[in-house]
Parts: sequence; C-alpha cells; structure tokens
Amino acid sequence: MEETERNRLASKANEIRQLILEMIGKLGVGHIGGSLSIVEALTVLYYKHMAVDPENPLWDKRDRFVLSKGHGGPGLYAVLADKGYFPKAWLDTLNKPNTNLPSHCDRLKTPGVDMTAGSLAQGFSAAVGMALAAQMDGRGVRVYAIIGDGESQEGQIWEAAMFAGNRHLDNMITFLDYNNMQIDGLVSEINSLEPVAEKWRAFGWNVYEVDGHDVEAVDSAVVLGKRFKGKPTMIVLNTTKGKGAYFCEGKVSSHNMTITDEQWREAVDRLRKESDPASSCEG
Amino acid sequence: MYEGLEMRKVYADLLIDYAQKDDRIVLLEADLMSSTGTKAFKERYPDRIVNVGVAEANMMGIAAGLASMGKIPFAHSFTAFATRRAFDQVTISIAYSKLPVKIGGADPGVSAELNGGTHMSFEDAGIMRNLPGMTIVEPADSAQLAALLPQIIDHPGPVYMRLHRKNKEVLFAPGRSFKVGKIETLEAGEDVTIICSGMMVKPSLKAAEMLRKEGVRPRVLNMHTLKPVDAETIIRAARETGAIVTAENHSVLNAWGSAVAEVVTEHCPVPVFRIGIQDHFGEVGKSDFLMEKYHMTAQDIVHAAYAVMDKKRERR
Repeated sequence: MEETERNRLASKANEIRQLILEMIGKLGVGHIGGSLSIVEALTVLYYKHMAVDPENPLWDKRDRFVLSKGHGGPGLYAVLADKGYFPKAWLDTLNKPNTNLPSHCDRLKTPGVDMTAGSLAQGFSAAVGMALAAQMDGRGVRVYAIIGDGESQEGQIWEAAMFAGNRHLDNMITFLDYNNMQIDGLVSEINSLEPVAEKWRAFGWNVYEVDGHDVEAVDSAVVLGKRFKGKPTMIVLNTTKGKGAYFCEGKVSSHNMTITDEQWREAVDRLRKESDPASSCEG
Repeated sequence: MYEGLEMRKVYADLLIDYAQKDDRIVLLEADLMSSTGTKAFKERYPDRIVNVGVAEANMMGIAAGLASMGKIPFAHSFTAFATRRAFDQVTISIAYSKLPVKIGGADPGVSAELNGGTHMSFEDAGIMRNLPGMTIVEPADSAQLAALLPQIIDHPGPVYMRLHRKNKEVLFAPGRSFKVGKIETLEAGEDVTIICSGMMVKPSLKAAEMLRKEGVRPRVLNMHTLKPVDAETIIRAARETGAIVTAENHSVLNAWGSAVAEVVTEHCPVPVFRIGIQDHFGEVGKSDFLMEKYHMTAQDIVHAAYAVMDKKRERR
C-alpha cells in the first residue's frame, strides 16, 4: 500500500472515530467501545473495497455488509452518514424518539443497513444466506460481515460457520472483532474462544490474523481474502475496545457507558491533534 | 384428484410447479427432507434446495439472508423445531425484519404420533401468533393447501404453515377457492357455531351431522387462517348463533380458541367452549387414540355444542 493511501484511510478512520464520539457523546450514553474497535475494518471496506452506491442503497448488485454485532451500530452509522447514505444531521438523532438510527442495526430503518442485527449471531447466519444467494445466482456480489468475540460464544455462529465452510462460500469475508472484552469481563476469562484461528480453519475457513487498527494490515487481508478461492475468509482483527477514546480505551466498562460532555469533546480534540499535529499549535 | 395422496406429496409437487414458474423459490431443510416430502423437489431442482443439517436456528437465519436477496425461501422442519427451537431467529431475522420467509411445520399437534411428547407441539401456532405481521395457515386437506399456496407465495411477508404431512383426507373439491385470512363457511346454521381448523375439520363436520340428526342446526366455519384473524365472520357467527365451540389440534391456550374468544369478548360476548389440548404436554400414541384421550372427537364436539347452547339459554 502506498503511503498516501495508508494516510488517506488512517485519516478517514480518525474522522469516523470523531463522528462516533460526537454522536454517542451528545446522547450521553451508548455502545462506544465496540463501535470504536471496528472503525479500521469499516473504513477499509467502505472507502476501498465495497461496491456500493450511497445514492441507491438498494442497488441489487451492491456488495452486502452485515454488522452481526448489531450494538456496533453507531460505528456503521458514522460511516454511512459520511458516505452520504443520509444526512450527517441524522447522527444527532441516535436513539432519540422516532429515529432512523436505533441502538442496534435495523434494515428497515437505516439506508445502507443490509440486515437487522442485535440478537447475537443472527446477522451472521443471514450474511451466510446472502452469500449463498449470490453463489446460487452466480452474481459477483460479495458479502462482508463483522462478528464480535463475545458473540462467538453463541452456538449459531458455529452452525453458520460450518455451513459456509462446507458450501465453499468464497464470496464472503467475515471479520472477528477480537477485543477480548464482553459485558461481564474478559472473553478469555468468561468463556475463551481460543484457539480461535484454529477453530475457524477447522470449520473450513481461510484465516488471517491482523492488527485490527492497522489499515494497511486489514486491507492486505481483504485483498488476499477476495482472491482466495474455495473457502470463505475469516479475518481475526486483534483490536482494543474503545480504541481512540482516552476515557474508555481498553476498559470493559466501555461496552455501554455514560459519557460526559467534557469526555467526548476532549477525546475528539485529541483525535484532531493526532490526525493533524499542526492543529495543536494553532489552538 | 388428490385421492390417496399424502399432503406432503401434493405439497412437493405444488412447489415443483411453482418453482418452474418463479425462479425466486428456494427450499431449505434441516435434515427432515425425507419426512417433509421435499426429496421430490430435490430430484427436480437440486440447486434450489439446501439442506443445512440439524441446525434450525441457522436455517432460519440463512432463509432471512436469502429473502433479503430477493429469494422466496420455504424453510421446513417439524412444527416443534420450526417454531420454538428457532423462535428468536424467526422473531428477529424474519418477522421483525419483515422478510418473506415461508416456514413449513410438519406434524402439528397429535399428528406427531409415535415421536411423542418431545416432538408433539401444542404451542407452535400460539407462539407464532405473537409475532406482528406473521400469517399463520393450517390447511385441512390437499385441495385447500393447493388453493392457499399461491397466495402464500405471493404474500410479501412471512408465513407459517402447519402441514399435516401424512394427511390423506379429501374434504374439499379440487379447485375450490379459499382465501388466506378469510374463514370458509362449510355449513350454514343458526343454533351454534363450530369453528375448526386442520385435523379438526373432519370431526367437526361429523359432529355437525350428529347434531343435525338431533334437530340442532349448527354452523360450521373453517378457520384455516389463524392470523390475520377474520373477526368479521366470527362476530357475525356470535351474533347470529349466540354460542360457539372451537376445535383445534393445539393447546386451547393462545391459538384458535383464544383468538375466537378474544374477538367475541371484545365485540359480541357469547359463550365459547374450546375443544383442544387442555394445557398439558403430549405423549406417544396414534392420532385416534390421542384425540380420544384428549377429548377431541366428534362426540366431544357434540357434547360441547350442547353445553354451550345450555349456557346460551341460561343467559337469556
């Protein structure tokens, strides 16, 4: 990857983080941790790989994306708003009465959301169904999904994984947001997934393990996954819950937390400075 | 036309016909293809039927994904596993997501016979009735299935079908029209109404014959669609006959008897007696044995009719 490309994607990821912080921060409460941990994956997909048309969200040849860990909705909303699926002003309506941006993704409410998710593991089965439909029709449609690590404790994840592997759904790339945190504590302590990469390999998947916050590493895995024939691809993203927000990064409590005005503003300010070190001199 | 044929054979043949005309139709199975009768479909359209193995929850999710891509998936299992086993998936991935998945449950109620209590669902239609937008139908014979199926295919929302796979009854003439959501009047009468569905249509018709011989004029209504409920026809029956017996191959809680009682109490309160499973689990046994044991025979319906007519008179 060229440096300009890497900088473009990293800078976009930084912008998306700011939007997420502002969106949840203005509301004062929300699923901040798991929204921030998937930002690089979303950025690499939506700003580099996915064939989508924000003007025509239901374009039938579009690539599909399913955020099976539906509570990461705000992360996806920030990207969709930035891509122009709906006005950025909608972000201020997160979880407010009659909003189109509910806590968990809803295909009927939000332009650009391809599947409803929230009851964990269900989105992943649906994504497998989408990939199956595309395979049946010989359509060049690709299906991308993000699942959570806590979510991977659901049996349905493995039902769907076994099926996708056996059906050789190589038009599908799934990311595991492996931040090792779930509501009640560490995934590794509550009910460990290890050895997770070996599990996916055993289920017939092509597996990569990357730093989930390195856009270049994520991109390389996607490039390889798209080329790989005969197996669906699993990209294990080693991530940090709450990544980029000083007040919650790496904290279990970031799953769904209250956020003060000062916290989100300070976090956004730090991200701005990180993105453009010159701005710290201007202020 | 359907003499001697099991409903599952007719069902598979109908799906093959419609699949030929509509390439959106695909089938899903969870290792019960031999039971649900869709092996014939597999021979004809091997690429349009997918066996996910013993994984009903995943099957419902895959069905939702297929539907979101423009397919019309028919997903099958036994009634017990198509509903309670995968209820959250049916709820969120299908009903809440408003995806037009058609769910076929085989072996409703006592027809699970020798599979016994674990497979004998008396609650499936009741739990499915809780889902907004879910259409629920229960054909009484193959002719009725044939009339309802094209409407089910065309319906833009999810549908749950209670399919009595081994049913060979011939109750209706082929080609008779039935409309999803509309109660079918089988016999006119003013003294008492019997509202029945599925396996209970035959004993209800027999009960009506027994009653007529004794000078009672029963009205017989076939409520093949549990949801949406045809309130208008139920209210008219309540008003015109003043007494209702419901007969269902299901728990009397939450399905046909409940739906009728809800409509009647809100709009035209008259006594309603409910024939069906009286809040208990199933057990192994042939249908005839179980229907006798659970008081679901024609004679039981006759007794209920007299009892509910007595109740009507007491109120006057």
